[in-house]
Amino acid sequence: MTARTAGLAILALAAFALLAFVPRLGNPYYLALAISLLQYTVLATAWGMFSGPTRYVSLATTAFFGVGAYTVAVLGEILPWPVVLLISAGLGAIVAALVGLSTLRLSGVYFVIFTFGLTELIRQLVVWFEVNKSRVLGRYVFVNITQADIYWQLLALTAAVFLLGWLIARSRLGFALRVIGEDETVAKHCGIDTTFAKVALFTISATVMTLAGAIMAPRWTYIEPSIAFNSMISFQVLIMALLGGAHRLWGPVLGAVPLTLLFELLSARFPNTFTIILGCIFLLIVYLLPRGVAGLLEKLAATPGDKATQRVAA
Amino acid sequence: MTNAILTGLMLGGMYALVAMGLTLQYGVARIMNLSYGEFLIAAAFASHWLFTGWAISPFVGLVLVVPLAFGLNYAIYKVLLTPLVRRAPNRDALEVDSILATFGLTFVIQGAMLAMFGGAYYSYSFLAFPVQFLGETVAANRLAALGITILLGLSLYLALTRTRAGTAVRAVAVDPFAAQLVAINVPQASAITFALGGALVAAAGVLVSTFLTFSASSGVVFTMKALIVVVMGGVGNMMGCLVAGLALGLSEALVASYVDPGLTLAVNFALFLAVLLVKPAGLFGRATR
Repeated sequence: MTARTAGLAILALAAFALLAFVPRLGNPYYLALAISLLQYTVLATAWGMFSGPTRYVSLATTAFFGVGAYTVAVLGEILPWPVVLLISAGLGAIVAALVGLSTLRLSGVYFVIFTFGLTELIRQLVVWFEVNKSRVLGRYVFVNITQADIYWQLLALTAAVFLLGWLIARSRLGFALRVIGEDETVAKHCGIDTTFAKVALFTISATVMTLAGAIMAPRWTYIEPSIAFNSMISFQVLIMALLGGAHRLWGPVLGAVPLTLLFELLSARFPNTFTIILGCIFLLIVYLLPRGVAGLLEKLAATPGDKATQRVAA
Repeated sequence: MTNAILTGLMLGGMYALVAMGLTLQYGVARIMNLSYGEFLIAAAFASHWLFTGWAISPFVGLVLVVPLAFGLNYAIYKVLLTPLVRRAPNRDALEVDSILATFGLTFVIQGAMLAMFGGAYYSYSFLAFPVQFLGETVAANRLAALGITILLGLSLYLALTRTRAGTAVRAVAVDPFAAQLVAINVPQASAITFALGGALVAAAGVLVSTFLTFSASSGVVFTMKALIVVVMGGVGNMMGCLVAGLALGLSEALVASYVDPGLTLAVNFALFLAVLLVKPAGLFGRATR
């Protein structure tokens, strides 16, 4: 570990320690806002962990988030909290591995199409099961968890995501994924097990999203499939990760923080035209910032010599 | 049983019609259009408005809406998608960019329709009387839609295989680079094909609105089904589009009447995966891509 990474690690630790005091401020509005910020930071960072290096566009964030939330709705009252979290993480991992194994071996398009419909598919299956087997549609969530607890759990998950992302980027798996992102055929010829690498990372990223959904579930007192599987979340997370820049671990945060605040403002001010504004913001980002804020910062920070190498690398 | 099969075939015909435009847009212009279903719903609303507001029959509505959609989609390709085509270093990059751009477009169009029409379901009564067909009773509007679908599909097939312009379009689909070497204006051909795909989806929207209830947010389902049909049949292949559409419709109708109507989407995905695991290039696709 060089002096620079050690410095960064201490800085990050200090930041997380400071953030842990937010619930002590005693202002419920700020706490709610901080929870939203953390939720989207976790989701966008997890999205970027898989889609950044591989360049596979996943549209299924909501599917995993919803699986987590619904697991809590079903099991939250019956089992102790850590067990519920474990089960939801396990379910998310199983779903992700199944989706990954069946679509990630094929070309990237199949993955996009499948993830595009996955949320709707899982929602339909949940509705079918609830209507035919358990005979209830919509459940109350009665668990003994305060807003501050949600915040701390999300903060811990955020720290875990960054640590995990940092470790993966330095591992053989991270290297393999970057090669796949550059050229999958080359990766295969280098002897990289591309399917394993992609499925493994997709599963890790989806498990994090599922956990985020499970942790967030107690925020609603009542959950039904259309609340848990609201596809708007997939869309917002995608915008955030793209604005920040998904090719860097710290990129998505740069998008998640300003956009969460902006969406908060817009959804309160313009509830009827919110979707149009969202779509326009998204289009602007795709056209004007293809590499996100992170890419822009790197371009600005680069010295002329670096710029030449960047061009070669691009 | 005959009823379920007949329902399935009619449903399948509709899916084939809906997917026809997308197979042109994705197979030739290389744009994976995630806002495809939104265009279908927009055309359905236009037809609804013409019929309830002006008493214009959807068949006349086709003549009004389809050319308009052609122009609109041509403009969208020129303004919105050409910069992406220019920017993309290769086909994969264009695919990712077009997915993102049209995904954003989805929300713009859907938001606009929500603001205009709200979230309610719309339908209108057109040719809604039963007729006897092959010994079964079916709705006349569905039968009429099926007839027009067959007409559209046949003329498109003939245009692609029998005319010079159609041959050029197929050449672009096979290899855009080599097509340029034989003096085909690839950007122009792509723009026109994309617009043609948009015109077809508008036709599908008008026809679908005669027998199906729709809402501002039901576009996603159509996009998904169209994507599944296109990929299942083999990208850019008309015949594959028809076969995959019929297969999808049939399986859906059979599961809906014998297992549970709530599981249609699960059937779609199961069929999609089953085909891809056996033939990754689709039913009629070439193995090398």
